[in-house]
Amino acid sequence: MKTLLCALFFCLFLPAVALAVQPDEMMQDAVLESRARVISKQLRCLVCQGEDIDESAAGLARDLRLLVRERLSAGDSDAQVLSFVQERYGDYVLMKPPVAPRTWILWLTPFLVLGAGFAFVWRLVRRGFVRRDRA
Amino acid sequence: MKPQLLALVPLAVFILLLALFAAPLMRGVDPAKLESAMIGREIPDFVLPAALPDGRHFDRDDLAGAPAVVNFFASWCVPCQAEQPLLARMAAQDGIDVYGVNYKDKPEALAPWLEKHGNPFKLIGADDEGRVAIEWGVYGVPETFVIDRRGVIRLRHVGPVSEADYRALFKPLIAEVMK
Repeated sequence: MKTLLCALFFCLFLPAVALAVQPDEMMQDAVLESRARVISKQLRCLVCQGEDIDESAAGLARDLRLLVRERLSAGDSDAQVLSFVQERYGDYVLMKPPVAPRTWILWLTPFLVLGAGFAFVWRLVRRGFVRRDRA
Repeated sequence: MKPQLLALVPLAVFILLLALFAAPLMRGVDPAKLESAMIGREIPDFVLPAALPDGRHFDRDDLAGAPAVVNFFASWCVPCQAEQPLLARMAAQDGIDVYGVNYKDKPEALAPWLEKHGNPFKLIGADDEGRVAIEWGVYGVPETFVIDRRGVIRLRHVGPVSEADYRALFKPLIAEVMK
């Protein structure tokens, strides 16, 4: 039983930790490498589109991972690396869209809808539309 | 508001969403084709070695002062074959210089491919690492750019240029930048 559980564990969870990042891409400096990993998780793979470049096996994702590391060794800050890629590929390359006037609709819509919902329910309650005596 | 009327709200929202989602589908918008962040910007600085043994290198200065079409392609890219005649037409009929960036390719594969599918390119640079493609914001081949006289990117087309793309997008723009 124990063996079976163990086997099941490895089957289910090991593939999840399989890395797209190849050993030959990694940087000698562990600090820089961990920064590169964090940045890579914020950049979208434009070929696969649902994945970030840290987990994608696509050729372009690898090229961008190497680019991130190249910029870091050149002394860029994390923000500089991200904006370097964003300048060339646009907002879409960022997994999390930037908060800017052009994206306000995107960021505010959920709150507006939620607010509208609250207002709606509040009105119903105030007018006695929801009756307690039924329950 | 009357409760009866209120009951129609979900239906109205549903129809609204349906229209919202159907509109891009009907227009044939491909979500995999992304807009370029490079439109309206100057071409990036780049130097590429010659893709063919008897060719010359290709760099930013080659694009100075004259309008141009820059095509990112590879011999391993099947859709690239389809657009070769149209690139040739741009060069021959519209009289614009067409340049090629050979993306992650091998010279021994490139030469026979050009022989078979035609070579509309004034110069072909080799981007073996795909590093220059990143500078241009390219995320796959083929991609085709139209650059005006001032070296500003005016159009980026993702995927092979079809006859319809040529007529609707390229021909009018090339005529404009050639003026």
